[in-house]
Amino acid sequence: MGIERLFIANRGEIAVRIVRAAQSLGIHTIQAHSEADAEMLAVRMADEAVCIGPAQAAKSYLDVDAVVKAAKDAGADAVHPGYGFLAESPAFARAVVEAGMIFVGPSADTIQSMGDKVSARQAAGTAGVPVVPGSDGRVDDMETAAEIAERIGYPVMIKASAGGGGRGIRIARTPEDLAKFAPQARQEAQAAFGDGGIYIEKVIPQPRHIEVQVLADGTRAVHCFERECSLQRRRQKVWEEAPAFGLPEATRQAMCDAAVDLAEAVEYLGAGTVEYLYDARADKFYFIEMNTRIQVEHPVTEMITGLDLVALMIRVAGGEPLPVSQEEITLNGHAIEVRLNAEDPLKKFMPFPGVVGTLDLPESDGIRVDHFLYKGYQIPPFYDSLIGKLIVHAPTREAAIDKMAGALDAVRIDGLKTTIPLHKALAQSADVRAGRIHTQWLEPWLDAGNLTTDQTGGAS
Amino acid sequence: MADIQSPVPGTFYHRPSPEDAPFKAEGDAVAAGDTIGLVEVMKSFIEVEAEEAGTFGGYSVENEAAVSAGDVLATLK
Repeated sequence: MGIERLFIANRGEIAVRIVRAAQSLGIHTIQAHSEADAEMLAVRMADEAVCIGPAQAAKSYLDVDAVVKAAKDAGADAVHPGYGFLAESPAFARAVVEAGMIFVGPSADTIQSMGDKVSARQAAGTAGVPVVPGSDGRVDDMETAAEIAERIGYPVMIKASAGGGGRGIRIARTPEDLAKFAPQARQEAQAAFGDGGIYIEKVIPQPRHIEVQVLADGTRAVHCFERECSLQRRRQKVWEEAPAFGLPEATRQAMCDAAVDLAEAVEYLGAGTVEYLYDARADKFYFIEMNTRIQVEHPVTEMITGLDLVALMIRVAGGEPLPVSQEEITLNGHAIEVRLNAEDPLKKFMPFPGVVGTLDLPESDGIRVDHFLYKGYQIPPFYDSLIGKLIVHAPTREAAIDKMAGALDAVRIDGLKTTIPLHKALAQSADVRAGRIHTQWLEPWLDAGNLTTDQTGGAS
Repeated sequence: MADIQSPVPGTFYHRPSPEDAPFKAEGDAVAAGDTIGLVEVMKSFIEVEAEEAGTFGGYSVENEAAVSAGDVLATLK
């Protein structure tokens, strides 16, 4: 059947990325935008643009009825949700399909089962994917909670079943902690998500975050190797790499195979990511969750495989069988992406939604910038502070870090404060170079004052 | 009469959360440093504080209104 008119229900750099991919496939693009986003780059690039509501995301990008109606009225035959906003809303996926359009992503049922931590964990367990030792489902009474914690060993993490983004997570080091925190977690989950379900998990000390990119057509799945996303601040990734460093080949293969097994078990369709915690000392990995969307950090995978993931997800959504076999996907070199945010890293990452001045984003062989900036553009204050991503590719990790350091020196974005000084300092860090990093490395490093006002050279 | 201006552009909130009462009502005493509202900018919430003491004269813009840096958010009598 094939998609002919694609409605892009997102904004910012990912909207630009989707418009580009769709246009490369000869697809007519219809860009959604809020009243505050009429001047954004994707609107200028797309074949058509439609206003879907006021600036507040709740009344535009997050309004299922408004988005579906706008897509239908514009004569779209498919909707691409991007990431964030409604990308992982089963209700949205269902509404798009019920309105007679294609949702570029997996089925609403798959989104729903992967979106609930307990059911996702059960699906992973059934597919043979290792999971973090813990309760095999939601826990509704304190006695069971205490029994499980005793069995898996303290410290344990208490999480809300319906939560996300790290909300409601507590760590209990002793049975006394558990007795105190579990009821609080239940109350908080009930208030925040309308569901007081909690579950309990073993704490993996100093874990690395490694995730596997998959692509699937509903029947067959392939993996596109893994990404290392251990540099995080407030549970947000800031610097991502592909492949992971220092990973034993057998472990990499097992992680990738497990991701493919899970994708096929849930009849996955589109681009998805299976996230793991990796305990480097024990050389063990554990399933965390599956993200049923294209991710911010997808370009590092594209750099090392040569694939266009966004174009591929549109093609399989249109009904094509996966056009690549596992053997055809090979890993070449090393890629790093840094997230450029309109924030001042020297002032506690205070948001800085200014007007873009002189812009110099040197793209060349092995340097790519995904962004939505142009000179004179007023960054709206209403949305996420991500303004772009700088991605480099080189034969080795060491060469990629050098290339990143050079690219950061060459990039110029006037008129805004950005996180470039943070990335310059990271590129100089001995721990980053040596791979001595984990998900709890960055925040103490920042607290220790490693980011100084020396913007040109960065901190050591 | 003193104006309280927004330090950043964004969305202005009269209340700490949708369930709570507004930070201040007309006639309330305001001490220097009191929070009178929140501005949401790029998913962060910035507290708007009174720079001097006075009596609250009221909000100058509606709850959840879009504001620019420097806009008057409230007045002191």
